[in-house]
Amino acid sequence: MNQWKNFSKGFFKENAVFTLLLGMCPTLGVTSSAINGLGMGLATTFVLVMSNLVVALIKDFIPDKVRIPSFIVVIATFVTIVEMIMQAYLPSLFDALGLFIPLIVVNCVVLGRAEAFASKNSPVSSIIDGLGMGLGFAMALTILGSVRELLGSGKLFGNVIYPDQYGMLVFVLAPGAFIALGYLIAFINRVKEKA
Amino acid sequence: MSYILIVISAIFVNNIVLSQFLGICPFLGVSKKISTGVGMTGAVTFVMVIATIVTYLVQKLVLDPFGLAYLQTISFILVIAALVQLVEIILKKVSPPLYQALGVFLPLITTNCTILGVAIMTIQKDLNLVEAVVFSASTAVGFGLALITFAGIREQLELVDVPKGMRGTPIALIVAGLLALAFMGFAGLV
Amino acid sequence: MAKTESTLKNMVLTLLVITVIAGASLGFVYKLTKEPIALAKLNKQQTAIKEVVPGFNNNPGEEVLELTSKEGFNIKVFPARKDGELIGVAIETMTNTGFGGDVKIMVGLKPDGTIINYQVLEHKETPGLGTKMDVWFKTDKGHQSVLGKHPEKNNLTVSKDGGEVDAITAATISSRAFLKAVRVAYDTYTENSGKIASAQNSQPTAEGGVQ
Repeated sequence: MNQWKNFSKGFFKENAVFTLLLGMCPTLGVTSSAINGLGMGLATTFVLVMSNLVVALIKDFIPDKVRIPSFIVVIATFVTIVEMIMQAYLPSLFDALGLFIPLIVVNCVVLGRAEAFASKNSPVSSIIDGLGMGLGFAMALTILGSVRELLGSGKLFGNVIYPDQYGMLVFVLAPGAFIALGYLIAFINRVKEKA
Repeated sequence: MSYILIVISAIFVNNIVLSQFLGICPFLGVSKKISTGVGMTGAVTFVMVIATIVTYLVQKLVLDPFGLAYLQTISFILVIAALVQLVEIILKKVSPPLYQALGVFLPLITTNCTILGVAIMTIQKDLNLVEAVVFSASTAVGFGLALITFAGIREQLELVDVPKGMRGTPIALIVAGLLALAFMGFAGLV
Repeated sequence: MAKTESTLKNMVLTLLVITVIAGASLGFVYKLTKEPIALAKLNKQQTAIKEVVPGFNNNPGEEVLELTSKEGFNIKVFPARKDGELIGVAIETMTNTGFGGDVKIMVGLKPDGTIINYQVLEHKETPGLGTKMDVWFKTDKGHQSVLGKHPEKNNLTVSKDGGEVDAITAATISSRAFLKAVRVAYDTYTENSGKIASAQNSQPTAEGGVQ
């Protein structure tokens, strides 16, 4: 597989959210605005790239039977690093994402890539894979966040597009997350069928 | 805080799946049949209560006294992963029928974010041990309520003619959205 | 390279090494970020105090009084002074009667109890409805604003309850909770004004030495 394909598969063909349906909890939980979705996506990308790299580097030293626990420790370490850095330098984003930052640990995308890709490939391809998957995830979260923010409160990245009394409040609330994602996936299925 | 309040809040008002967005993966993944939904709920309840007790003790007896609160995420996930393995081994030896019923769901639970989520929330809300047990058990009941209701609807949904692009996940998500809308009616109850 | 075999010794050793490395690197990052995190928290508190009681030149965070309201809530009172003289208090107050549970606000009072400004710190109200409280009660429109009002001289309850404040559209419960939190702050302040004053009395000697 050439590296460009390796990178780009995360955006559409194997997009974590739209196609593989992985990592749904943060996808639904933090996307009440575009900026939160982007922040969460980038935090996950960092964890993905770093854990993919480390897993690819140490894969030969790890006995098969303790593979998964070792990967989890690696992932949890990077998640905690992200958590501390965010708390120090981006406190408002930290408050907005809340519980979902430590929960990156159990995001199936991260462990899934470590197990399915990084434990079998070279460090370089693993970084590229992590970057592609992570940015694809970030893209999906940003799109969903934008849709919900625009429909729900008439804003986009905090910029007012139309007065918020015309917004459909439900899209900012919990039910809107499910419904917006449902229609987005339906739309993408349609596009894929035609393509 | 009174226990009834914790129970009602965890089951209905702040339902773990439909208003906190935790445990969505099993919610969408194992909700095609009511029977699997029941099995999953049993396994989650079992692990969640034990995991909450153990992580609570880890936090209060190890992390807090030594000022290691920043190791919370990593130690909790390790405790949970080890616990799931342990439960699996013990269950296999002690109660084969129960293992038969819950066995397939146990490995999935390590990456079920409700367990870690509830363990962390218990610490954040500063509950005591009894409250923590009540909270985790009722959260698990809330998870089961959402999962089984959803599975029931999906069983019916199989028989319905859904537009082509909406089949499968999209319609399931929209149904989940409507269910969440219904649960919003409980808001303000507590 | 040959893969390490899954013997018990190897497994225990690998896990041990990985956990130790992980723990050590986390400890390192923790040390690096400890101060910025504390600073960020302090900054947040300082900005909130500055917004609700402008113009002080002491460090209210250092003189904080932790009190308990008669409802049992934890209330923090930050005395704001200019050149040693009390110009107001920033009160971190709360109530549990919001639509989604706790509502935490920071409210600034003049020494006589008049509301200077407020800031919403934490709440779980419905987005788009109850969340509007962060600007609603500051907006000078109709009878929305509570700024410059006095909890004793003005009847600070929503108009539905016979008060003189317009509730947030479609969020009466959130509005009641907000006004209740203001009330809690005021009551706790007046009840403990002796304590706050005594803290003030001990202050000039400390500050007198500096000046």
